[in-house]
Formats: sequence, structure tokens, C-alpha cells
Amino acid sequence: MTALLETKAISKRFGGLEAVSGVDLRLERGEVRALIGPNGAGKTTLVSLISGRLSPTSGRVLFAGRDVTSLRAWDRVGLGIVYTFQVTSIYRGFSVYDNVALAAQRRRLRALADWIALDRQAVARDVEAALATVGLWALRDQPARALAYGHQRLLEVAMALALRPELLILDEPSQGLAAAEIDGLCGLVRDIARAATVLVIEHNMAVVLELAGRVTVMDQGRIIAEGTPREIEAHAEVQKAYLGR
Amino acid sequence: MTLGLHLGVLALLGGLQLVLPPFHHGMLARIMVLAAYAAGYNLLLGYAGLMSLGHAMFFAAGMYGTGLTIHYLGVGVITGFLLGVVAGLAVAAAVGLITLRTAGPAFLIVTMMLAQAFYLATLYFNEITGGDQGFILSGLHLDLAGRRLPLADPAVKYNVALVVFAACLLLNFWIVRSPAGRILLALRENEERTRLLGYNTPRYRLFAVTVSGLVAAVAGSAYTLLFSYVGSTFAGILYSIYPLLWALLGGAGTILGPLVGTLVMTYLVDVASSLTTGYLIVVGATLVVTILWVPAGIVGGIRARWAPWLP
Ligand SMILES: Nc1ncnc2c1ncn2[C@@H]1O[C@H](COP(=O)(O)OP(=O)(O)O)[C@@H](O)[C@H]1O
Ligand SMILES: [Mg+2]
Repeated sequence: MTALLETKAISKRFGGLEAVSGVDLRLERGEVRALIGPNGAGKTTLVSLISGRLSPTSGRVLFAGRDVTSLRAWDRVGLGIVYTFQVTSIYRGFSVYDNVALAAQRRRLRALADWIALDRQAVARDVEAALATVGLWALRDQPARALAYGHQRLLEVAMALALRPELLILDEPSQGLAAAEIDGLCGLVRDIARAATVLVIEHNMAVVLELAGRVTVMDQGRIIAEGTPREIEAHAEVQKAYLGR
Repeated sequence: MTLGLHLGVLALLGGLQLVLPPFHHGMLARIMVLAAYAAGYNLLLGYAGLMSLGHAMFFAAGMYGTGLTIHYLGVGVITGFLLGVVAGLAVAAAVGLITLRTAGPAFLIVTMMLAQAFYLATLYFNEITGGDQGFILSGLHLDLAGRRLPLADPAVKYNVALVVFAACLLLNFWIVRSPAGRILLALRENEERTRLLGYNTPRYRLFAVTVSGLVAAVAGSAYTLLFSYVGSTFAGILYSIYPLLWALLGGAGTILGPLVGTLVMTYLVDVASSLTTGYLIVVGATLVVTILWVPAGIVGGIRARWAPWLP
């Protein structure tokens, strides 16, 4: 069976620094994969190459068997590759509702007629579903800038959900959240994983152990290990590079 | 309700012609055409977040497209108008493509340079364009439903100006509330995020520049028809600065702001120029005061304080 996502010897160079070098990553449809590694390992850069936010220096990206290397980010979103930012990136001046509506209307704008008379009820249903899933429906009329930090992270997830991802990439979603919020996030990701493949960059090992079926470890732009969470915990090189033991 | 408010403003403008003395009647006709220009400008500045200093080239493209074809080819008013709009559309689309990869100050400078080149071209080809002397169109008539309406007639002038302004205002209103309007606002706030939500952002940029330039050209063409004059002054830098000023003063990113800004500024300049030849100082001072004390502009300030629902 073809993998949902494959990168083939993908590399990204920033000046003299090779942030990602020759990475082969393979995700099966339906799995939850954790991507871990020390700061600066190249995790964000790697997923940026997958989402099309950055273009690679060399190598290829295949999605559902199709070569998407030359597709721009907006076309990859159309295929179902959706990225949530490590540094919260929402429309601070928009209401919570409008943030999600902007994402939701994307799928509804197919023909010229949709531009002239958008099916606003369909968009509203999608917005409500996404906001209800993350638990922000009650705050829909608030301006996004007024949300607490944890809620801003959830809004980002709601925007991603409204795009109906096939592959959802979460970049350090638990960063800066309180313990109770992290529990909620884990439940949310498990929910999402029933309909989408999830690639989650995560520092919190408890979260990784709870969510991921498999774990990929990066260091200095390369994949240094891959396996089940238990295997990774026991892996000597990982402990040296990452867990610091 | 918001549509009602805007229709109410248009109805008020329509009613005013019955009570205004001739001087103010003529003044308001001119203001409405210029406010249409400001509304086109505001679509780019206030909604897509791009500050241009070259809109005079769009206004003038409409003006020359209409004026030259009427003057040299003897086409009718309607045909001339349409040719002006097509000329503006072509210039706007070209400028949109050229500036696609610029943002912020770079966009401002590139539009200014292009407009300056356009302005110099109108001077260089002065045998055709009349340069800064320009030329006058005379005896313009609008043939409407079997009637021959002279555009020099104040009532005709006023109502044509009103129709042009109403069309631009309602187009603006409709775009802002359409899915495309939400995308333009999103571009202004966070371009990268918008790309990662699946929107082809360069395409919406191009759309914004083209529609904004198109509306400016409609205003330029109407100006020529109603005031029977074509001249390179209208392609100069001052006419690129004016719509910026009108939009900022009235409130960038508000639908009624351009009208309010144009109205206030035009009367201010009128009073000032009767007192001193240095009336541009008043223009500059108003800009400084606006930016320092009412950065959201008049309508923007009203929206922030009392009417958050204003589009
Ligand atoms: N746009 C950029 N320009 C230059 N260097 C960058 C850029 N983005 C990331 N880097 C560098 O690439 C390396 C990998 O960064 P990143 O992918 O963000 O790591 P991680 O997400 O694993 O912490 C770091 O050394 C970082 O400084
Ligand atoms: Mg990172």
C-alpha cells in the first residue's frame, strides 16, 4: 500500500547551515506520529517542507503517491495537508468565529457562483462543528486577541479542523499550556486522529507516550531513530541526544 | 441594517440637491466623484493593507482613455466612458502584476515610480495629450431613453456623479462583505497564515490592485465627462496623495470613510485657498493631525467608540 506521506532524501539549506539533510520520512494513513528532538534539530523546517511553507533545496515530497514537491502551499492545503504554527498565528483582529470561517469557506469556494453567493449556512455549520470540537463555541464573538493563550492555541487547531485535513501537522501544540489544558489537548488529538493522520511535534514525553503509535527522533537535521514510544525511550542514542541521560 | 444605513446616505445625497445653493451643489457633485476615487483607493489601503502612492495613474488612465477617444475619435459619451474604464483596467492589471512581489514600503515606492513615469509620459506626448495645459471637451451629451442630457447642466452633473458614487460605494460594500473581502482583510492581517489556509495569496493581491485601480479609473473617466477637462495635473503626485489623505482622514477600512474624508478635506482646502495660496500646508497639517490624534480616521473613530458593526 502507498504511504500517505513520504519524503525522499529531502534537504533544506539556510546559507551555511543544513537544517534538514536527506530525510526519508514515511507516514501510513491513520497513524499518529510524534516527531521529537532537541531545539534546532530541524523539526519545524522538516514539516515546513511538507506543508509547502518552505521549498526544499533538494529531495521530493510524495502525498498519497503523488509528487507534490512543486505544488505551492495553498494547493497542498487543497489536497488535505494542513499545518498549525508553532508560534500561534491567528488573525488577532478578527472574531473567533471569523478566524474559523476564513478556514471553513476555503472548501466552499469552488465555482464562480460560490464567490457571488457563498453558502453561508454550510460555512456556519462547519464553523460551529470545529469550534464545538475544541470547546470554543461559547467564545465565538470574542476578538481573537482577547483570548487566553491556551485558547489561542485551540483556535489554531479549530482553524485546521475546519479545513478538513487528511494530514494534520501540529507543531508543539502543548507548548505553554497548563497541565489541565494538556489533558484536554490529548483528548482532542485522539478525536481528530479518528478522521485524519496526525504528525505532531512534541517535547512533552508524557504526551508523546499517550498519543503516538510511533515516534521519529531528529537531531541535527537527520532522523536518528524511529520506533514505538517504548523502544524510543530505551534507545541509547536518543537518551544521549535528547533526553540528556 | 448596515445596508440600510448606506442606502440612507445615498438617499440623503440625492435629496440634498433639492436644497443646496448652486455653489455647494456643484461642490458636492465634484466631491462625490472624488469620493468614488477615494473609495477605490481605500479598497486597497483599508482592506488589503497595501499603501499605494501611484493611484493617479489609474485615475488619469480613465481620464485619458475617455478624453482622448472622445476628442480624437469622436466617440460618444458612453463609449468614451467604457474605453476609459478598459484603459484603467489594463493599467491596473499591469501594475498589479509588476508589483506582485512587493509589500510595504517597496509597494509604495514602485507604484510611485510607475505613476511618475506615467505622468512624464503625459507631458512628453504633449502634442497629443495637451501636457499640463490639457484640453477641454465641449458639448458633451448623455443620450438616455431618447432624451439628450447636457452633462454641463448642474442637475445632470449632480445626478451622474451620484450614480457613479453609488455604484462604487455599493461595489465596495458588496466586496467587503463577500468571501473575497474576508480574504483581503486576512491578507492585511497575516499573509503567511492566509497562504497556509489554502489561499493563493498573490492572486488575491492582484485582484485587489486591479479592482482598486478600476474604481479609480471609473472616477477619472467620470471626472473628465462631468468637468469637460483632461490634463496632466490629474496624473501628478498630488492626485496620488489626495486619495490617501481622504481615506486616512475619513477612516481607512471603513466604507463611508472615503466620502467623509473627501467632503471634509475638499471644504477645508476650499476655505484655506481663499485665505492663502499656501493651502497645501493645510493639507499637510491635516494629515499630521489625523495620524497623531485620530489614527483610525473620522468614521474609524466612530466605529471604535460607538458602532463596532460598521463595515
Ligand atoms: N528561516 C530560517 N533561516 C535561517 N535559519 C533557520 C531558519 N529557520 C530555521 N533555521 C535554523 O535551522 C535550524 C533548525 O530549526 P527548526 O527547524 O526551527 O528546529 P526545531 O523546530 O527542531 O527546533 C536551527 O538552527 C534554526 O536556527
Ligand atoms: Mg520548532
